[in-house]
Amino acid sequence: MRSSRGLKAVGRNVLRKDGVEKVSGAARYIDDLSFPNLLHARTIRSTIPSGHVVDIQYHGDTTGFTIVDHRDVPGRNIVALIDDDQPCLAERTIRHFAEPIVLLAHENRERLNAVDVQIAYREATPNFDPAASKTSFKTIAIEKGSLDEGFAAADVVVEGEYRAGHQEQLYIEPNGAIAVPAGGGITLYGSMQCPYYVHRALKVLLGLPDHKVRVIQTETGGGFGGKEEYPSMIAGHAALLALKAGRPVKLVYDRVEDMVATTKRHPAVIHHRTGVTRDGRLTAIDIDALFDGGAYATLSAVVLSRGLIHASGPYRCDHVRIRGRAVMTNTPPNGAFRGFGAPQTQLAAEIHMDRIAGQLGLDPVRVREINALRPGDTTATGQRLGDCSALQVLRAAVERSAFKRRRRALAGTNRGIGLALFFHGSGFTGGGEVALASKASLALTGRGARIFVASTEIGQGTRTMHAQIVADTLGVPYDCVEVNAADTGEVPNSGPTVASRTCMVVGRILQRCAEEMRERLGTLTPGEYLRTHGPLVITKQYEKSSAIAWDDHSYRGDAYGSYGWACDVVEVEVDPDTWQVKPTAFTTVHEIGKAIHPMLASGQIEGGSAQGIGYALFEEVVMRDGRMANCQLTNYIVPTTLDTPAIDVVMLENPYKHGPFGAKGVGEMPIDGPAPAIINALRHMGIDLREIPATPEKIMAASAERTGSGITKSRSARRYTKPSSKTLHALREKP
Amino acid sequence: MLGSISNRQATWFVHKFRRADLLRSADEETLMLGSISNRQLFQPRSLTDALSMLRDEGPLVPMAGCTDLYVALNFGTLDDTRFLNLWPLDSLRRIEMRGDVLSIGALATYTDMRRSPLVQKILPMLVAAAREIGGVQVQNRGTLGGNVANGSPAGDTLPVLAAADVVVVLRSAADMRRVPFSEYYTGYRRSVLGPGELIVAFEFRKLHGRQWFRKVGTRAAQAISKVVMAAVAGDPPRIAVGSVAPTVVRLPSTEAALGRGASIDEARQILLEEIAPIDDARSTAEYRQRVAANLLARFWNDSFITKSRRTRNL
Repeated sequence: MRSSRGLKAVGRNVLRKDGVEKVSGAARYIDDLSFPNLLHARTIRSTIPSGHVVDIQYHGDTTGFTIVDHRDVPGRNIVALIDDDQPCLAERTIRHFAEPIVLLAHENRERLNAVDVQIAYREATPNFDPAASKTSFKTIAIEKGSLDEGFAAADVVVEGEYRAGHQEQLYIEPNGAIAVPAGGGITLYGSMQCPYYVHRALKVLLGLPDHKVRVIQTETGGGFGGKEEYPSMIAGHAALLALKAGRPVKLVYDRVEDMVATTKRHPAVIHHRTGVTRDGRLTAIDIDALFDGGAYATLSAVVLSRGLIHASGPYRCDHVRIRGRAVMTNTPPNGAFRGFGAPQTQLAAEIHMDRIAGQLGLDPVRVREINALRPGDTTATGQRLGDCSALQVLRAAVERSAFKRRRRALAGTNRGIGLALFFHGSGFTGGGEVALASKASLALTGRGARIFVASTEIGQGTRTMHAQIVADTLGVPYDCVEVNAADTGEVPNSGPTVASRTCMVVGRILQRCAEEMRERLGTLTPGEYLRTHGPLVITKQYEKSSAIAWDDHSYRGDAYGSYGWACDVVEVEVDPDTWQVKPTAFTTVHEIGKAIHPMLASGQIEGGSAQGIGYALFEEVVMRDGRMANCQLTNYIVPTTLDTPAIDVVMLENPYKHGPFGAKGVGEMPIDGPAPAIINALRHMGIDLREIPATPEKIMAASAERTGSGITKSRSARRYTKPSSKTLHALREKP
Repeated sequence: MLGSISNRQATWFVHKFRRADLLRSADEETLMLGSISNRQLFQPRSLTDALSMLRDEGPLVPMAGCTDLYVALNFGTLDDTRFLNLWPLDSLRRIEMRGDVLSIGALATYTDMRRSPLVQKILPMLVAAAREIGGVQVQNRGTLGGNVANGSPAGDTLPVLAAADVVVVLRSAADMRRVPFSEYYTGYRRSVLGPGELIVAFEFRKLHGRQWFRKVGTRAAQAISKVVMAAVAGDPPRIAVGSVAPTVVRLPSTEAALGRGASIDEARQILLEEIAPIDDARSTAEYRQRVAANLLARFWNDSFITKSRRTRNL
C-alpha cells in the first residue's frame, strides 16, 4: 500500500471515464450498432412449463429466412457454465415456459414477425413447488461445534420461517447481442458483465478454438447479475444464426421478453431454530434453507453457497449447523443477482434476531451488541477474523439515526423504526479466486499507461476506479491512464465482473502491475522509457494470500479474503387507510476498507439501498403456471424517487491489507440490509411479517391476524376522536 | 390522407409485436401479428372533417394522446388497423365558462387541466386527479376525452366525473347529444358512444361542498389505481369509486345514508354492498373493499374537520 504518498486520484471524486459519453448520448449501446447485411433475429419459445416437443410447423412465407434449431449446433448444445444441463436450444424436453426452441433471422423485421411458428407439445405435469422437488442442484451443510451442546446451554429456543420471492434485476438496457461471422469464426458484440464467460460458452457451443471466437463488451446499461450468465445464451443464439446465414445477426430483447425469459433472484424459504440464554447470548444456531433454482442449474450451486455462508449473519456462536438445498422447479432458471443468496439468508437472520430480542425483552441493539462478531472470533465456517467492524457500524448507525430515542418516540404510532446488521464477503467464495487465476495487464503509453482487463464497466465505475488505482500507484495524472475496451481479442481473462471483486481483486492485480512498472521506469518518464527501451507491457496474475485456507468438501475455512460490514436503520410510516408503507428516513453505515471514488462508492450504496427497498416493499414477480404474469413495468413495480427517502450514507474505512489502497468490495452489500430493516420497523409497530415483498395486502392480512380488526382501524379510530389536522394533511397530501 | 407515420416509427411499431409470442396462452391456436403496411391513419383538418371521415370511412379508432393505445400496441394486443388522429384539432382543447357551466374540451390534457385557473377554482378534485396520473410525459399527452373513451374502470378521472355528475357532449356528422355521465357506461369498457360519434366536451355545473380525491396506486407515482375515490361533501354527499367494479360507480345508498345522518360504520357497511371488486394482478378484492371503506371514513372525517374549523373561524 502506498497510503503514505500524497494521493492525487484515489479517494477523490475524479470525472468518470465514461461520464461525458453517457451524459451526452454519444455512448453506443448494442441496439445502436449496425453492420452491413445485418439480419434481425427472433426467438421462438415454449408456451408450456413442462413436456416434450412433438412437432414444429411454419406458417407464412419463410423464403429467405435463416432458421436454426438444435440440429444446427456444431459443437455441444449447452450453455457452458457450471453444470452442463441447460441446452442452448431445447431438443425435445421442455423444462420451463419461454425456453428457446427455434431461432429465426431475416433482414426485414416485418417479414420476420409475420411468420407464425406452431409447436405441438405433449405436456407433462409441471412442479412449481420447491419443497416438492425431487431434483436437487446442490446440497451444502456447514457445521461448527455441536448443536446438542448448544441447545443444552440455551434458556430459550426461538424458531421461525422466513420467505423471500423472486426479484427481477431490471437493468435499464435489456439483454442483446450481435454476432458477426469472420474467417470461420465469430465476433460477438454484446451487453454483458463477463466477456470470458461468453467466450467459453461460444467455443463449446460452436466447437471453435480460442482464437476463432472474439467477444467484445459494448457499453452496458446495467447488469446487477442479470448479465453474468444469461449473455452466454443470447450470444449463442446470435452466433448460431450468424454462422448459418454467413451474415451479421442482431438479437435484442424487448422488456417483456427480457422479463419473461431471463434469470431472477432465487426465491427462498429459510427456517431458523436458535438457542439463546436469558441474557441474550446465542448458544446454538440451526438453519435450513431451500432455494428455488428454476429449471436449470445455472449458478444455483454458488448462489446457495454464498447464501449459506452468510446465513447466520455477522454473529458469533460456537454451535452452528447450516444446511441448504437448491432445487429444480419448472420455472425459468434463477441466477445471479446482486447479493447472490446473501440478501435472502440475511433477511431471515435479521428478522429472526429481532424476534429473539422480542422474546427476551431485549432491545434490538443490545442483542446485536452481545452477539456481533469481533476481531478474533470465528464465523460459521471457522474463519478466524482479523479485522471486523460489525460493532463499529452498528454503533455508528444507532447513534447517527438516534435509533433508541426515535424508537421510544414512535412507539404506539403508525410509524416504526428498525435496523439490520449485515456483512458481505468480497470476491469469489473459498478457493474460487485461486481457480479463476485472474490476469490483468498494463501497457506503458507515451503519457502514462493503458489498462487491459476483462472487467466490465456496467455503470458501477470500473474504468474510473481502476484508472485511479493505476494513476496513483504509477505516479501519473489520472487523465494519463486509459482503459481498453473489454475485448477478449485484446485483454487477458480477469475473471467475471461479479462478486464485489472488481476493485478488491482485479484492482489489486492492476496495482501490482503498476508497482512493477513504476520500478521499471525508475527516473524516466513514460515517454523517455518508450523511446529508450521500446514497448512495456506488464501482466500479473492473482496471488493468494498465504493466510487464506479453504476446504470445499467440509465447507471449513476462510470463505472470503475479506468482508464488508454494514448497518441500516430505516423509519417507515404505514398509511392507516391503505397499509401502504412509506420509508421516511434511511441511515446506512458501510465499512468498505477504502472508498477509491467516494461519490461512486456512495452511489453504489444508495442505489443498492433503493433496490433493497424495492425488494422489501414493491417488487413481486407474480408467477402463474410457471410464467411471469406481470412482465411489464406497468405492473412489476419498482420504487421511484417518490417511494425512497433521502438515504444518509456513511462510509467507514478499515483498510484490508490485500486490497488496493485498502479497498474491499462494495457493490453487493448494500442490498442485504434494507429488507430486514424495513420488516423490523414494521415489527416495531406490532406487525408480525416474515415474508417479502411486504405489500399492503400482506400487511393488511398480518394486521388483521394480530388484533382481529387491524392496527390501522384502532389507530385511525383514535384519530377520529382527537383529530390533528396536521397529520391528516400529511396523510392525505401526496406530492 | 394515409399514413403520416415515419419509417423510424414503423420499425419500432412492428418490432414490438414479437412479444405476442410470449403473451399468448398455450391453448391459443392463432396469433395476430401486426404489420405497418396494413395500418391506416386518417388525418382530419377540422372536427367537421373528422366526423365526415367517421361517417364515410368508418369504423375508425379515434386516437388523441395515445397513452392507452400505445400500451396496447407495445403489448401486441392492438388488433385495430384504421385510426383517426384527433390530436391536431385544437378547437377540442378549450377550457371555458359557458354561462354557469364549465366546459372542458375532450382533448384537454391533464397538464392543461392542472394549469387551468378555471379548473383549479371549480373542480379542484379534477386537478388532484390529473396531478396523480402517470408522470409528466403522460400528463402532457393524455386527455380527458381519452380517459373516458378508454373506459378502464381504473381511470383516475372517472370518479371525479361521476361525483360531479358531468354531462358528456357527443357529436356525429349529423347530430349532437348530451349524455349524463351516469348513463354513459353500459358495462366493462362499453358505452353509449356510437361508431359515428366522438366525445367533444364535458360540461360541469358548479358543485356545493368541499371536494375530495384520493388515489391508491401501487406506488407513489407512475402507477395504476388499486382504488380511486372522488367525493363532494354536499348535502347529500356525492361519492364515486373506481377499480372496484366493471365500471366506475357512484354509491347512491351510501350517499343517502350519510345524508340522513347515518354513522360512518353503518355507511361503510352499505358501501361494501355497492361495490364488487375482484382479485387481479395489482391487488385483491378484500384489499379493495377494506380500503374503499377506509377512504369513505377518511373523506367523511376530513370533511367534518373542515366544517368544524370553518365554524370556529366564523
